Amino acid sequence: MINDIDSKGPSSIEMNDLIDLVKKIHGFDFSGYSKASLRRRITRIMQLKRLGYYDLKHMLINDTAFFQNFLEEVTVNVTEMFRDPLFYKAINDQVLPYLSTFQHIKIWSAGCSSGEEVYSLAILLHEAGLRNKSFIYGTDINTEVLKEAKKGIYSLRKIKAYAENYQYSGLPGTITDHFTILYDAATIHTELKQNTLFSVHNLISDNVFNEFQMISCRNVFIYFESPLQEKILDLFYRSLCPLGFLCLGSKEAIRSDAFKKRFKTISSKENIYQKIGS
Amino acid sequence: MALKPDTISRWRNSEVLLLGGSAGSFKILFRLIKVLPADLNKIVVIIIHRKKNFFSEIEKLFAENSRMYLREVSDKDAITRGTIYIAPANYHTLVESEEQFSLDVSEAVWYSKPSIDVTFESAAEVFKGRCTAILLSGANQDGARGLLKLREQGSLTIAQDPADAEMREMPGAAVEINAADEILTVNDIFELLQA
Repeated sequence: MINDIDSKGPSSIEMNDLIDLVKKIHGFDFSGYSKASLRRRITRIMQLKRLGYYDLKHMLINDTAFFQNFLEEVTVNVTEMFRDPLFYKAINDQVLPYLSTFQHIKIWSAGCSSGEEVYSLAILLHEAGLRNKSFIYGTDINTEVLKEAKKGIYSLRKIKAYAENYQYSGLPGTITDHFTILYDAATIHTELKQNTLFSVHNLISDNVFNEFQMISCRNVFIYFESPLQEKILDLFYRSLCPLGFLCLGSKEAIRSDAFKKRFKTISSKENIYQKIGS
Repeated sequence: MALKPDTISRWRNSEVLLLGGSAGSFKILFRLIKVLPADLNKIVVIIIHRKKNFFSEIEKLFAENSRMYLREVSDKDAITRGTIYIAPANYHTLVESEEQFSLDVSEAVWYSKPSIDVTFESAAEVFKGRCTAILLSGANQDGARGLLKLREQGSLTIAQDPADAEMREMPGAAVEINAADEILTVNDIFELLQA
C-alpha cells in the first residue's frame, strides 16, 4: 500500500486564513514562516488527527487544549546529538580557543528542542576543560520539549544513533562515556547538566534576556522567511558581546548585506560568524 | 522503442527537470549530468538518497562532470534556470516559491531524508504542470506519490522501466499507482533528454 491517510492539506487561501485565525485567537504569529514547510506540517496534523480543514478551524477556535498540541506538531522538533559533526569540530578548533580567553562563557542555544544540542555543547566544553566557567541556556517555544530537555534522559536507541555523529566530531572516547546507562535509557552525567538552564523563549516576540559570548541557532532559520530571519538576526546581534560568536550551521548563511557588514565570517562552510562593530 | 513526438515536445517545453533516485541510480545520474548541455535553459533538481554522515563529495564530483552550473541547495537559495541543484543530505528540500528553495529537518519519509516525495510534491504545488520528472532505480517507495501529484498537475512524468532498473521497487511503485506518463529504459531517457 502506498498511502495510509490522504489529505491534500490546506490551499494557500486557507493557509492565510489559518494564520490569521491563530494570530487573533492565540496571539501566535506564523505569518513570517516559510510557507511550504508550514503547509506540510499543517497537512501532517490534519492527516494524523484525521481532520478536514473546517474541523481543524473548529478545533483551533473551540478547543483550548488543542492549540498547545497544534503548536507542538507544527514546530519541528527533530534533533540529534552532534548533528552535523563537522560543525562541532569547527567550534572546537576555531571558536573554543578564543572563548577560553574569557572569564565566563555564556552560550545560548536558541530553538534547543529536547536539549540534544545543549548537551553536545556541554560535552564539547567539558572535553576542552572549560565546563566550570561556562553556562549554557537552552530556549524553545515548546514547553513539552523543554521538559524532556531538562531531564536529559534519552532512549538507548537514540544514543546509538548519535554515536556515529560523535565519532565524526573528533572528540575522544565514545558518546556513552558521558551518560549513565540503565536498561534502555541513557542519562546525561549530572556534572554536564549542572551549568545548563532551559526556559521558554519565543524568538519572534521575546527580546534580549542576557549577554552571550556565543549563540548557536541551527535548523531554526529554515522555518522562517527572509524578513523574519533578519529580525531575529538583529536580536542575536544585540544579545552578543563584542566579538561574540554566532553559529548558524552549514545550510543557513547570513544573506542580508546589512548583517554581513556587522559580522566577520569565521567558517563559511559551517556559517560561523563573529560580531564586529559597536 | 521510439519516443512519442508528444513526449519529446512536452520535455522541450518544460521549465523544470526533476530527477529522483536511490539505490542503483547514482551511475545513471552521474552520466545524465554529463550529457545535459551547458545552455539547457531549465531548472534541474536532483534528489538522491544518501547517508547523512557520508561526507562524499557528490557535489564536487557532479560539478566537475557537469557542463551546467551545479550546486548543493542551501536554505533560501534562489532558483534560477540553467542551474543544477542537488538536495543536501539529512534535510528535505522544498520548493518554496518560483524563486526560492527552503530546507526542512522534519521526520524522514520512507526512511529517507532527503525524500523525493517531499520535493516532488512541493514542486507540483509551485510549478504545477511545467515540469518533467523522472523517477529512477531505488529500493523503497519514495517518489511515487510525488510523481503522481506532478502528473495530476499536468507535468510530464517518467518512471524508469522497472525491468531495466537495478532496484525495481521505486519506479515499480510509481507504475503501480499509475503515476507515470511514460515507462522508459535508461537509453530512452538519455535519448529524450538530448532530444
